[in-house]
Amino acid sequence: MNILNSKLNLAAQKITLDDRSKYLRSLVVKSLLGAGRGHMGSAMSIIEILRVCYDSYIKHFPNDANNDLRDRLILSKGHGCLGLYALLVDKGYFSISELDSVGSFNSILGGHPEHYKIPGVEASTGALGHGLSIGVGIAKALKMKKKNNKVIVIVGDGEINEGSVWEAAMSASKHNLNNLIVFIDYNKIQSYGFTSDVIDLEPLAEKWKSFGFIVNEVNGHDINQIEESLNQSSEDDRPKAIICHTVKGKGFPFAENNPKWHHKNNFTDEEISLLKEFTNT
Amino acid sequence: MRQAALNSVYEIAKENENIVFIGSDLGPGVLEEFKKNIPERFFMEGVAEQFVIGFSAGLAKEGFIPFVNTISTFLTRRCFEQITIDLSLHDLPVKLIGNGGGLVYSPLGPTHQAIDDIAILKAIPNMTIVCPCDAIEMKKLITASIDWPHPMYIRLARGGEDIVTARTTDFQIGKGLLIRKPLKNLFITCGAMAQKAIKASDNLLEEGIESGVLHMHTVKPLDTGILKKWLPLVDNVITVEEHIRSGGLGTSILEFCNDFLPSQTKNIHRIGLPNKYVEHYGTHDEQQVFYGLTDENLTNAMKEMINNV
Repeated sequence: MNILNSKLNLAAQKITLDDRSKYLRSLVVKSLLGAGRGHMGSAMSIIEILRVCYDSYIKHFPNDANNDLRDRLILSKGHGCLGLYALLVDKGYFSISELDSVGSFNSILGGHPEHYKIPGVEASTGALGHGLSIGVGIAKALKMKKKNNKVIVIVGDGEINEGSVWEAAMSASKHNLNNLIVFIDYNKIQSYGFTSDVIDLEPLAEKWKSFGFIVNEVNGHDINQIEESLNQSSEDDRPKAIICHTVKGKGFPFAENNPKWHHKNNFTDEEISLLKEFTNT
Repeated sequence: MRQAALNSVYEIAKENENIVFIGSDLGPGVLEEFKKNIPERFFMEGVAEQFVIGFSAGLAKEGFIPFVNTISTFLTRRCFEQITIDLSLHDLPVKLIGNGGGLVYSPLGPTHQAIDDIAILKAIPNMTIVCPCDAIEMKKLITASIDWPHPMYIRLARGGEDIVTARTTDFQIGKGLLIRKPLKNLFITCGAMAQKAIKASDNLLEEGIESGVLHMHTVKPLDTGILKKWLPLVDNVITVEEHIRSGGLGTSILEFCNDFLPSQTKNIHRIGLPNKYVEHYGTHDEQQVFYGLTDENLTNAMKEMINNV
């Protein structure tokens, strides 16, 4: 079966977003319009993943971002940073006014997230295929220090074309890192076009399973499914991969599944109106 | 030198529980004692060098002090992006111990000959590059590296080099070592080229010609203090490195002169390798002869320089 017609993919296409999801997307729109450009589609597909992590799963400390008790969340697909910025603003890591200056000369917020500039950003990412290796190192270190913190790494579907991701995956299971959770943002569109046309990832779940992961597949815009997957208790010592079937540009019909909105600039007046309309801002 | 480096890592790991060792797929039995006695801090992660760098970054972010060891070319060429972003952009104290600096792996061909490693890494901000000349200096470096707060590349030479430094010799990362004081003629070296320059200096002395030897074990950051002290006093400078002439130690000395002592730029002659893939196999010694990295060639080069003034 074509992955685009799979039950979870169709469910991701159909699901209606609630007010909180729309609000978080309005923050992405704010930074998109502030910067005049950005990886719109890539940010919109991960909003619910981030929302569930920050709202109800990870321990984090907005006023003390480096607190040792925090769980570590790495956005390995750094180009989705406008989504991360939305959650960090929402949680109070920095002021909402920063979103108006994304990408400007003195801004702390760039087109990819930087660890030393932005409170709450665990690792500087942007070049793909780095975050999981760093995450495996952190997860191993935490285990060695007998700490219970979790490590979350969010990777893109295009990103996992990188061989280094699979090098890291092999090691994650070798070290029995059951404190590591990898979210795969499976929106099925990479920069050039559909992943199935560029380099097909299927059978994706089997790939992660064969690398020694517990694998769950969820509708990546359904917060209940994401939560359930995260909270599934297990005595298993394997790391977990949650394949999130998502929609690139989710929440904006004109941008959904449209590779032209992977990264967008030169917004027309009509596009600006549409962006605002669909987030009620 | 490699034995000294790895044994020293084991010695310091016994004392400091934050030290971890990470290899890729090294030879059988490497650091067997380490593995046996401290297995929880000994990692052999497979032929996955890109991952190994990111893994070491993660460990360092959580307070560990990783020593990574594999063949130099695999570190510097394959992992350029991982070193640049995971280590240097985050400015993490990971030590990269590169086997086979220069022409050491002579019979193994261009894939293994690290003749461009210094040039590659010099471009990376926050990176420290150290090329010790003998086993004693290597031990001191490994001990000193524990508290060095930045990513560091440690370039291993062949091993079995003549010992030319003493236990009492001062060693500081980032500080050059004046092995022999110059009057008007000076060799500036890194790594095991110090030994070649010392012999050349002996040869010259037999002919009544004085020369000094300045060993710049740390190529980056460059010790501008020692260069400012000695370079203005000399007329002839020969830099010697088992590395391409572009982008290595000699280039750094030229850049230094261009910035601080422009009139000295014309008095510098760089001896090293051409920017070409190595065509031959054979022994390390044969390669060194072919490329003029011998005390005889250094001796002649200095005499020629003196005579042309």
